[in-house]
Amino acid sequence: MDFLQNLDPTVQFILFSVVKIGVVFGVTMSFVAYSVLVERKVSAWIQDRVGPNRTAPPMAQFVPILGPFLTRLGIFQPMADGLKFLLKEDFTPSYVRKVYFWIAPAIAVIPAFLTLAVIPFGSTLGNPGNKMVIADLDVGILYTFGIVSLGVYGIVLAGYAANSKYPFLGGIRSSAQMISYEIAMGMSVVSVFLLVGDLNLSKVIEYQAHGGWLVFKQPLAFFIFLVAAFAETNRLPFDLPESESELVGGYHTEYSSMKFALFFLGEYANMIASSAMMVTLFFGGWTLPFIGDPASGLLGGLLHIGIFVAKMCAFMVLFIWVRWMFPRFRYDQLMDLGWRRFIPLALANILVTALVVAFVNR
Amino acid sequence: MSTKVVERKPLTAWERSYVPSILGGLGVTWKHFKRTAPFLGNKPITMEYPEQKWVVPEGYRGAPYLVKDQDGATKCVSCQLCEFVCPPKAIRITPPGAEGQPADRANAEKMPLEFEINMLRCIFCGLCQEVCPEEAIFLQKDYSLTGVSREEMVYDKEKLLKLGGTHAGVQKWKHKLEEAAEQETFPVETAAATEATK
Amino acid sequence: MSATATLPAPAAVPPPPPETVTVKVNGKTVQVPKTMPNWQGKPEPTTMLQAARVAGVEIPHYCYHDKLPVAGNCRMCLVECGTPMMGPDRKPVLNEDGTPKIARSVLPYEPGTPRGVIACATPISPGMEIYADSPATHQMREAVLESLLINHPLDCPICDQAGECKLQEYSVEHGQAESRFVEAKVHKPKAVDLGPRIILDDERCILCTRCIRFTKDIVNDDALGIVNRGSYNTISAFPGKAFDNNYTLNTVDLCPVGALTSKDFRFKMRVWFLKETSSVCTSCGTGCNITVGAREGVIHRFEPRSNDAVNGPWMCDSGRLNYKWIGRADRLREVRIGGRRSNWSTALREISGKLSTAPAGSVAIVASARQTNEELYLLKRLATRLGAITDSIVREGEADGLLVSADRNPNSNGVRLTGMAYTEAGIQLPKIAAGIAAGTIRSLIVFGEDVTAHGLDAGLLAKLDLLVVSDVLPNPTTEAATHLLPGAAPVEKRGTLVNTKGRLQKFNKAVEAPGDARPEVEFLQELVEAVAGPIGTATIEGLFNRMTAEIAGFGGVQWAAVGDTGITLSL
Ligand code: SF4
Ligand code: SF4
Ligand code: SF4
Ligand code: SF4
Ligand code: FES
Repeated sequence: MDFLQNLDPTVQFILFSVVKIGVVFGVTMSFVAYSVLVERKVSAWIQDRVGPNRTAPPMAQFVPILGPFLTRLGIFQPMADGLKFLLKEDFTPSYVRKVYFWIAPAIAVIPAFLTLAVIPFGSTLGNPGNKMVIADLDVGILYTFGIVSLGVYGIVLAGYAANSKYPFLGGIRSSAQMISYEIAMGMSVVSVFLLVGDLNLSKVIEYQAHGGWLVFKQPLAFFIFLVAAFAETNRLPFDLPESESELVGGYHTEYSSMKFALFFLGEYANMIASSAMMVTLFFGGWTLPFIGDPASGLLGGLLHIGIFVAKMCAFMVLFIWVRWMFPRFRYDQLMDLGWRRFIPLALANILVTALVVAFVNR
Repeated sequence: MSTKVVERKPLTAWERSYVPSILGGLGVTWKHFKRTAPFLGNKPITMEYPEQKWVVPEGYRGAPYLVKDQDGATKCVSCQLCEFVCPPKAIRITPPGAEGQPADRANAEKMPLEFEINMLRCIFCGLCQEVCPEEAIFLQKDYSLTGVSREEMVYDKEKLLKLGGTHAGVQKWKHKLEEAAEQETFPVETAAATEATK
Repeated sequence: MSATATLPAPAAVPPPPPETVTVKVNGKTVQVPKTMPNWQGKPEPTTMLQAARVAGVEIPHYCYHDKLPVAGNCRMCLVECGTPMMGPDRKPVLNEDGTPKIARSVLPYEPGTPRGVIACATPISPGMEIYADSPATHQMREAVLESLLINHPLDCPICDQAGECKLQEYSVEHGQAESRFVEAKVHKPKAVDLGPRIILDDERCILCTRCIRFTKDIVNDDALGIVNRGSYNTISAFPGKAFDNNYTLNTVDLCPVGALTSKDFRFKMRVWFLKETSSVCTSCGTGCNITVGAREGVIHRFEPRSNDAVNGPWMCDSGRLNYKWIGRADRLREVRIGGRRSNWSTALREISGKLSTAPAGSVAIVASARQTNEELYLLKRLATRLGAITDSIVREGEADGLLVSADRNPNSNGVRLTGMAYTEAGIQLPKIAAGIAAGTIRSLIVFGEDVTAHGLDAGLLAKLDLLVVSDVLPNPTTEAATHLLPGAAPVEKRGTLVNTKGRLQKFNKAVEAPGDARPEVEFLQELVEAVAGPIGTATIEGLFNRMTAEIAGFGGVQWAAVGDTGITLSL
């Protein structure tokens, strides 16, 4: 510790940042892997099934009780899945546009991870200067929206590069869908920032720690943001870009092996990022109604991180749960909902909030 | 044919907001989740196949096999009716011909030289069992037939008889033989009758 | 036999319109000739069964057969009938509406009880009414079938007749569904060896005596009879007399049930699997009409096909069993050039190349009288173009006075008509031999014959530049061939033949030729067109029509006019 304290602040900052990036990245990756498992398990339970319950490394059967128990829970399934993705033949069809075909999966994943950079996932750890956010940007939310809008390129590119009709249709659908809902999403947060008066996400949390969670003050904004998040992550009921029953696999029809896995990774990373955003913007981030101050010790810091992760998990489960409740929207319904309902609603919300801020809060 | 026009009530604004259906949906899925998830209900309705197996009900139509009678004799007499009736042409019988091996039973005169069922073609319709005049083929309870090659899935006579086991029946050929042996008045000595009296 | 199996008498003057009798069958009035040919073709009073046939009604029967003397012992053909009633004044009694009153088979000694009569042996009389569908008729049929089934073993699953058994058919159509018989059945000898080709199962016999009448009256071989009495009635060959004439297998066809079965066909295949093709027997010059029974490319049996102009409903055993060579393992199935495997296009190109440049008179062709007219015609075209010397080979045996002809070639007349041999076949062979020996004949084409057995020995053949041989089975000639072209057996192709009496008949393809083998017409046509120019037709029908138009002897007959039973040419 002393050794760390004695370091030059810049070096210290770089060091901590690198560690934070590494940890966040690693945690997110395993989070993705296990959210796939959770998705499969929860889906199974909702459908009265058991879900993955076989895969186990050879040794697992020799561990009494715990081995079979974990196997039954499917704990080892994500490892097997990952291994499978790595070992499968990476097939590139002859008719695709090779360069775009290769970079599309990367473009789909990167933005999802970049968004996480500005999310404060805890208060402080160790010393007060050590904020639990990778980049404590003053324009955090703008950055987020800027990055999120990049995500669509991966999908559009994949659809275009595959040079085949179903991916192409998937790509087109997704570009229209994501652009439409980004507008609603962006507008819904405007009202939040009208209230908070700052674009820094840490400030948003600070505001909520004292002024109560924004979800209570801005329920409409939250609702619009939530729905838009579903659309942005291509989750049911808005999974039109990959709707299996219509488009085979949508934009990733022609992909296999690790390249396919990257799209998969991207989708789940997006879910995580969206959940984190919602927690931060509307559910007080790492705070709870009675825990509002930045932690002073290591333990408190960890607790805050735990609170954040727990809230995030709740949203993840919501994502999964909703999947089994809705049929897929029709394309025209989707567009109608985005443009004719949510955008006017969000605008009205901004107007009302602005008036309230201007005349009441003043 | 009559058509009944069902009137569709217009949705109220509340209904159109999706909210009631969302809540209903949450309720339904939650109910199932609660019933199935471990530590909650823990009662999945699915069966874990290789460990747990269905109890095959009486009259189930599984794979068709040949049976033997209670004396261990092949019942099939190679009448080829099953071959004829089989809709997907799964059965292929090679008749014995005049010089072929005689039947296991003295007076049944013939039995198939080869009897093959291609289990990949069989649709388990049961017509072969239905048509067999000798009660020699039965659809039994095997439903999980596997093999690693097409050839392996063509079951030959030996295999079919082994899998089929015994089916105790009327034994009409034996009965006929006994009847003939009892008949003391017939003036012509028959080979079969002599054998039966032995 | 000799009486039945002849050509129809040459009709010089049209016969006078036959005298007719009016009868009613199932309420339908029909005019029936007063007499009809009996089994020997002689006119005899028309029977009720024949009259019903004229009206389109088939009366079930076992013992009756068109070509056998009437026995009237099975009683299956019992029908109810009625005749106009006669008053004491010998005038017909009339109903109130003026129609004649019909007496329904009332017998004089038991007035009022209707009786059936056997349709096969009862002549018709004017005004007679036949009730082939009345309840009484049905009852009688049911009763007859029930009595026939009393001791019947119900062996159908192991009975070769099943599927074409009249007892099965009539039981389904006219019998009862349930058996009322509870006593033990009488058991009789089974699988009795009756002769070299016949197996008898006495339990299945319904004692119709068709077999006995056939062998006695048609073949004049009084070999079979009935022994024992009552329920123990049994068909048997006379002691010390084998049932082994050359026509025994006809009794298998005749036997309405599975009592007489063929040893050759025994347990070989169920009849319902057999694909039946109309064909002609090629074992002798008579050209009996046959039906080929084959399943999946394997021939299982030949059966006679009824043709009164040739064979009646019969055929000889030797012809019937002469099919096994078709499936022999050593069939020629490869095109060979100089003994090495080749293919059709190469072989035909080489042959046509050599023939096209052959000087006139340097080619000889030995055709076979087993070939079809179309093949011979193509060979003739080739011979004309090449100026070739041609011949074919005689094959003689002994005539048996029934069906088997002394000429064992099926198409001797075709060879003569197409001009492949002069009036006498075989007289050019020594000339060909001399030509080869002298070196003037350099090329020889042989179709379907082993010329080494007919004066052209292997030494001579070795002198040739080109020896084209087409055959079905290997022999010394095929071994010497420079170009060997595998041909097709008659059941593997289509074509026409002319029998010894000038009957032009066609036969159809029942199975595929093995390996590379092709019907001769196909490759001959290619060869002839390459050497002698296009013929202008690609089908066998077109070829036939061209041949009959070109060769006067065929009298311009069109393929379509030949029909299933052929057409007689005036030779
Ligand atoms: S069960 Fe049906 S399909 Fe299978 S062998 Fe029997 S008849 Fe053929
Ligand atoms: S199994 Fe029965 S129906 Fe099939 S051939 Fe044998 S006896 Fe005939
Ligand atoms: S004769 Fe006819 S009825 Fe009798 S066993 Fe043979 S097939 Fe069956
Ligand atoms: S063996 Fe056949 S043909 Fe001869 S009497 Fe008996 S049933 Fe008739
Ligand atoms: S057919 Fe008339 S009695 Fe036999």
